[in-house]
Amino acid sequence: MGMNNKIRIATTSLAGCFGCHMSFLDIDERILQLAELVEFDRSPLTDIEHCTNCDIGLIEGGVCNSENVHVLREFRKNCKILVAVGACAINGGLPAMRNFITLEDCLNEAYLSGIGVENAHIPNDPELPLLLDKVRPLHEVVKIDFYLPGCPPSADVFWKFLTDIIEGREPFLPYELIHYD
Amino acid sequence: MSKSITIDGQSIPFIDGQTIMEAATAAGIYIPHLCHHPEYTPHGSCKLCNVKVNGRVCSACTFPAMEDQEVLSNTAELINDRQKITQMLFVEGNHFCPSCEKSGNCQLQAVAYHLNMLDNYFPLFYPTRKVDASHAEILIDHNRCIFCTLCVRASQEADNKDIFAISGRGINKHLIINSTSGLLRETDIDIKDQAAHICPTGAILIKYTAYQVPIGERTYDHTEIDQVSLNLEKHGHE
Repeated sequence: MGMNNKIRIATTSLAGCFGCHMSFLDIDERILQLAELVEFDRSPLTDIEHCTNCDIGLIEGGVCNSENVHVLREFRKNCKILVAVGACAINGGLPAMRNFITLEDCLNEAYLSGIGVENAHIPNDPELPLLLDKVRPLHEVVKIDFYLPGCPPSADVFWKFLTDIIEGREPFLPYELIHYD
Repeated sequence: MSKSITIDGQSIPFIDGQTIMEAATAAGIYIPHLCHHPEYTPHGSCKLCNVKVNGRVCSACTFPAMEDQEVLSNTAELINDRQKITQMLFVEGNHFCPSCEKSGNCQLQAVAYHLNMLDNYFPLFYPTRKVDASHAEILIDHNRCIFCTLCVRASQEADNKDIFAISGRGINKHLIINSTSGLLRETDIDIKDQAAHICPTGAILIKYTAYQVPIGERTYDHTEIDQVSLNLEKHGHE
């Protein structure tokens, strides 16, 4: 917890589309209630660049490149409860559909031979993180403590999970809140 | 006096020749299953209907009901086994629900929801499998096949054809199609065949019928598979 006894939450999107973050914001006015009880650490909502000690880490998206691995490990190191949020974090999701095509063929089609490609050239700036040969779900890289399925999980899923934690209950998603789509 | 077994302590009548699954279903007790279908010869392969019969694990869909059986079904151990089996089915194939038109009407997904399965637990296998879109009206997506053999049985037993079979062993097991090219378009499958509609997942789909039912009104959106399954049994299959 933070110095003011608020629960600290960090969030990030790895190989995701930020759809889960958008769905989180769909809790609408309940965010005011949440703001009284939690504070945000590293997150696209705060622009804080690195995690400090947190109670909950919410991670959207799977792992597709070297930077994703570093960020995921930073979250694991700093978060008591690490949560895989959404289909991509849980099984790789849509980005993992490239797993059936070699990385070379993917890059060739996207940057060299694909329709409409101009100035054909595979990006090679040293600052670009290296792509992994396959997109992997989070639980294959670090221990994950809880999963929020859905593409995206509905706002009510975030709300149920967070209120369970805040009120000291074991998180539980009833049937109505479990969807893989 | 009629013969009976107990399931989770509840006394259930049965008649000779009934399986544990049939006796349970007749009594309104749901035992999770995917490869079982009341109209076809039991196959006993998916293992979701594992129950303990007098201390031994058996498939309820193939095991005959007999006097003095104490059957356990809804125990923490068996529910955990069923969840692990379902997770294995998910990681062995490529089940990307958000891009599957069967989502919401899929029995594999519905069983997973019923078992409160939130994750895959195991490493994902991501096998490379093909899609057979050769037929004008019926699509085969091998990525979603769980080898339940319901299409094999439906084709043989209901359609009097022999369109499908399972070939290979272990991780090389796959659905094959009975034609020289191995493609569906060269078979005599018809869109009215039971085999075209029996698939519990999105592996066999009727083309041009996708996404006609909005989210919220699909089979399992608000009703759990235990209720859907028992209602079907009560009021007859389509």
